[in-house]
Amino acid sequence: MRKLTTSICAAGLLAMVTAAPVVADGHEDKLALGKAVYLNKSRGNCISCHAINDPDATQAGNQGPPMISMKMRFPDKRMLRAQIWDATKNNPLTIMPPLGKNWILSEEEIDAVVEYVYQF
Amino acid sequence: MKIIKKLALGLGVAAAAQMAQAADSGFDLKTVDPEADRIALQNYFKSRFPQAEVSDYVNGIYAVDADSREQWEELEEFPPYEFAVEEGEVLFNTPFANGKGYADCFENGGVGIRQNYPYWSKEEGTVKTLEMEINECREANGEKPLKWAKGDIAKISAYMAWTSRDKEINIEIPADDPRAKAAYLDGKKFFYAKRGQLNLSCANCHVQGSNIRIRADLPSPQLGHTSHFPVFRSKWGELGTLHRRYKGCHKDSRSKPLSHQVEVYRNLEYFQSYMNNGLVINGPGARK
Repeated sequence: MRKLTTSICAAGLLAMVTAAPVVADGHEDKLALGKAVYLNKSRGNCISCHAINDPDATQAGNQGPPMISMKMRFPDKRMLRAQIWDATKNNPLTIMPPLGKNWILSEEEIDAVVEYVYQF
Repeated sequence: MKIIKKLALGLGVAAAAQMAQAADSGFDLKTVDPEADRIALQNYFKSRFPQAEVSDYVNGIYAVDADSREQWEELEEFPPYEFAVEEGEVLFNTPFANGKGYADCFENGGVGIRQNYPYWSKEEGTVKTLEMEINECREANGEKPLKWAKGDIAKISAYMAWTSRDKEINIEIPADDPRAKAAYLDGKKFFYAKRGQLNLSCANCHVQGSNIRIRADLPSPQLGHTSHFPVFRSKWGELGTLHRRYKGCHKDSRSKPLSHQVEVYRNLEYFQSYMNNGLVINGPGARK
């Protein structure tokens, strides 16, 4: 039994070590996807209402708050994700579209845009 | 079943709460009060933009944003709708094959009457718009109806608006026909209800969101919305009708746009125009 546990641990460790660089690459891809979602009109179009300190995000709108101090405003990243998924839960009058609930973005795209804005 | 009931109740409460915040009178026939709504809307914008004159709201965003006003005033020096008005006048005065003309279909020969449209027709039990009656006039005289969105109908409507410039908008909701108020209410609900994949109401952008940037654009205030139609939009490069604009807005919220002159668009026009009572006709207008 102990042998089995040890070998599983070893296999796990090995997997973690070898997977680590892949995870790092994956994160970069995720940020790139998040940025594309943020800026693209036919995808998230977040820029239409939220300013963000990214040199590519020009002529942002200001219907919603700017993307600053995100870690302080959302210590729990899941709350940020929930706000993007369905902002009407907190405020039924909000102008912000429920990006997850109404299938505007895929779950993967929402994860990516969360990572992207969480840098700011 | 219980869950469905709860959900329905929850949605109802949410919808009611939402609407209660948006306007001052109610969303059912018992409580809705058009005049209270009109005054509440004016007061809302008075406190939002204290520097703007109420009478200036017929100029849309240019009433509240100085920068865009400057560009617009330059545009208005050589109004892009000028030729369309002239063409509209020619079309208006060209007799039909039977020798009659548009002037025979309208009160006062069709001159200076734009401010009374749309109106509630007791006989037909529906809201009548100017464009609708232009086409009815044609059909009654054996002519084919015009296409709704642009072209000749917009030009004729533009000429008729032109002859009505500076006339006070005067939309009546006859008290002796409860269906008129129901039509107003239907339009009001349409304006405040959220719709489409983007879950937007007209009010989201044109009440709460007015004069706040969406990308580089500033949505206009709802007060004054219909006064300058038909409109020459730079984006279109031509004149278009109010319902063309409704369809475009509808599409932008990722809803399925309805057809020109459907009942609810006419009711929306009735509601919006009532909000403008006391302001003046300034159509045709020029907008971005």
